[in-house]
Amino acid sequence: MAFFNVAHLHISFGGLKAVNNISFDVQRNEIFSIIGPNGSGKTTIFNLISGIYRPDEGRIVLEGENMVGKTPDRIARKGIARTFQNIELFANATVMDNLMLGRHIHMRTGIFGGAFMFGSRSRAAREEVAHREKVERIIDFLELQSVRDQFVGGLAYGKRKLVELGRALAMEPKVMLLDEPSAGMNTEEKDDLTIWIKDIRDDFQVTILLIEHDMNMIMGISDRVLAMNQGREIIQGAPGEVQRHPEVIKAYLGEEAIA
Amino acid sequence: MDMKRSYYEDIELFGSGTVLFWAIILLAGLLAAPFFATQYHVYLFNLILVHIIVAVGLNILVGSTGQIALGHGGFFAIGAFVTVLLMTKLQLPFFVALLGSAFIAAFFGFLLGLPALRLEGPYLAIATLAFGLAIMHIIGHMELFGGRTGLSAPPLDIGIPQLGFSWVLHSQVSKYYLILAITVGMVLFAINILKTKAGRAFVAIRDSEIAAEVIGINLAVYKTLAFAVSAFYAGIAGGLYAFVLGFFDPFTFNLILSVIFLVMVVVGGLGSVMGAIAGATLITYLMYDLFKNVGEVPVVGDLLVSFSRQWLTVSGIDNFNLIALGLVMIGIIIFEPLGIFGAWIRVKKYWKTWPF
Ligand SMILES: Nc1ncnc2c1ncn2[C@@H]1O[C@H](COP(=O)(O)OP(=O)(O)OP(=O)(O)O)[C@@H](O)[C@H]1O
Ligand SMILES: [Mg+2]
Repeated sequence: MAFFNVAHLHISFGGLKAVNNISFDVQRNEIFSIIGPNGSGKTTIFNLISGIYRPDEGRIVLEGENMVGKTPDRIARKGIARTFQNIELFANATVMDNLMLGRHIHMRTGIFGGAFMFGSRSRAAREEVAHREKVERIIDFLELQSVRDQFVGGLAYGKRKLVELGRALAMEPKVMLLDEPSAGMNTEEKDDLTIWIKDIRDDFQVTILLIEHDMNMIMGISDRVLAMNQGREIIQGAPGEVQRHPEVIKAYLGEEAIA
Repeated sequence: MDMKRSYYEDIELFGSGTVLFWAIILLAGLLAAPFFATQYHVYLFNLILVHIIVAVGLNILVGSTGQIALGHGGFFAIGAFVTVLLMTKLQLPFFVALLGSAFIAAFFGFLLGLPALRLEGPYLAIATLAFGLAIMHIIGHMELFGGRTGLSAPPLDIGIPQLGFSWVLHSQVSKYYLILAITVGMVLFAINILKTKAGRAFVAIRDSEIAAEVIGINLAVYKTLAFAVSAFYAGIAGGLYAFVLGFFDPFTFNLILSVIFLVMVVVGGLGSVMGAIAGATLITYLMYDLFKNVGEVPVVGDLLVSFSRQWLTVSGIDNFNLIALGLVMIGIIIFEPLGIFGAWIRVKKYWKTWPF
C-alpha cells in the first residue's frame, strides 16, 4: 500500500460535484502536484484531506490509517500540515509566535506548568528554549531573520506566504499540503521557493502535495502530476505526459484566452 | 555566546535591567503606599487590586482568546460566597477555601465554555450575561447563601486555626498586604501563561480558528480552558473581595458589575496584561472614588452635580458614574481603540523617535 492514498473521493455542495471520484497514490518523499483551472476542486481536495470538510464518499489513508472522520486537529497530530491559498496566519502575533505555534503539537507544557515558568531551569522555560531552537533553524532556512519579531499582519504578501510555509514546516509533518505557495510572488521569489520546496522534501523528509498555477514550477519539481477539471480527473502521470494531454492543453489555453 | 541563555532572555520575566529596576521601584511604592494613605484609600487600593485580578483573568478570555464574556460577576460571586461558606460551614483554612472556591468557579467557567463552543459575538454575550444573572438569582434564593440578606465574612485568619496556629488580619492595611501578594502572583502567572503553549493557543484561536485547528489546536479544549482560567481568576478575586467588604449580598454582584469588568479590559487594551491592570485601576478609581464624589472634581465639580441633578437622573446623582463610565468607554473606542496600552505604545514610539 502506498504511503499516502486517496481513493474514490466525492463531495458535493448543493448540486455541484466539487470533487468527483478522485483517486491517487503518493509515495514517501514524492512531490505530487495537482493542477486544473479555477474552480476545478483542487483546494477542496486539500480541505477534505485536512478534515475541514468530510467527504460524501471515499478514503484518505496515511500509512495505513484512515483519516476520514477525524477532526482537523487530530489529522494535524497524525502528521499532515498545510498552507492556505489565501494565507491563514495569526495576524496579531509575531513571526516568532506564529512559528512557535507550529510546534504546538510537540509541546507538553500545560497551563499550570506554563504559569510556573519561573527561572531558566523550570520545565516550561526549558521546553520553550528547546522548541525555540528548532524554530530558529526554520527562520534561518527560510531567511526570515529580519522579520522575526515583527507582527505578521504588517508583512508583505510574499513574506507572509513564507511564514505560513515555515509554520507548517515547524510541525515536522510527514505530509505537507501547499495550496498555491507561489501566488503573488515575483520570479526571483518563485525561484527561491522552488529550491526551498525541494529542500523540504530532501532535507526535512517531507512528502509534498502541491497545488500550483505556475506551469514552469510544476514541470520543474513535480514527480507526478494530477490534472483535473470540474471536479474530475483528466489524467495523472509524469509531468511531461500530463502537459502533452490535449484536454490539459485545452483547459489551460482556454484559461489563458480568458485571462 | 551560549545560545540557550540568549533564547531564555526573551521569555524571562524581567528581560532587561531596566524592567527589573522599575519593577522593584513599583513594588517598593506599593509596599510603602499604606503609610501615606488614609483608611479609606487603603480600602480603595484593595478594591483596585481585587479588580486587577478579575481584569487580568478576563483579559485572557476576551483579549487573548477573543471570546466575549458579560457574566464574570457570577464567577466573582461564586468566589466570595463559596470561600466564606467553606470557612464557616466546613471550617476550612482560608487558603484552602480560597483555592477551593476558585476551582469551583473554574468548573462553572468550563461549563459556561461548552455552549460557547457553538456561539459567537452577540449570542455569546447574551449567554454569558444570562449566566451572570442566573448565578445572582440562584444565590439570592438559597438559604445556604444567606438569601437576600447575604453573608458576613468571618475573621480573616490566614493561619491554620484548626491546628492551633492562628494569624488573623483585622485591618484593611494588613489585608492590603495579603491581597497585594496574591495579586502580584496572579499577574505573574498570567504573564507566564500567555508566553507559553496555552497562551499562544488562545491567541491563535482569536486570530484564526481554522488555522488554529490545522496546526493541531483542539478548539473545544482551549476555549473551555480559557473560560475556566478566567473564571478561576474571578473566583480568587471574589474570595478576597468578601473580606474587603466584610459583608455582601447577592445584589453586590449585579449585571452592572459584569459590564464594568468588561469595560476595564476594553479600556485597558485587549490582549495586554499591563493594559488590564491599567484599565482596572482607572475604572475602579473613576467609579468608586472620583465619580462617587462628583462634587469634589476640581473646577467642573459643582457644574456637573447641578447638571446631573437637573437632567440626568430622577433619584439623585447616583446615575452620574454610569453615564460618565459610558462616556469614557465611547471616548476610548473613538480615540484609542487599543485602549490605554495602545496609547502607551504610541507614547513610547514617540519618545523613541523624538525629536525627529
Ligand atoms: N464550502 C463550499 N460551499 C459551496 N461551494 C464550494 C465550497 N467550497 C468549494 N466550493 C465550490 O467547489 C468548487 C471547487 O472549488 P475549489 O476551491 O476547490 O477550486 P480550486 O480548484 O481550488 O480553484 P482555484 O484555482 O480558483 O483556487 C468551486 O465551484 C467552489 O465554488
Ligand atoms: Mg484553490
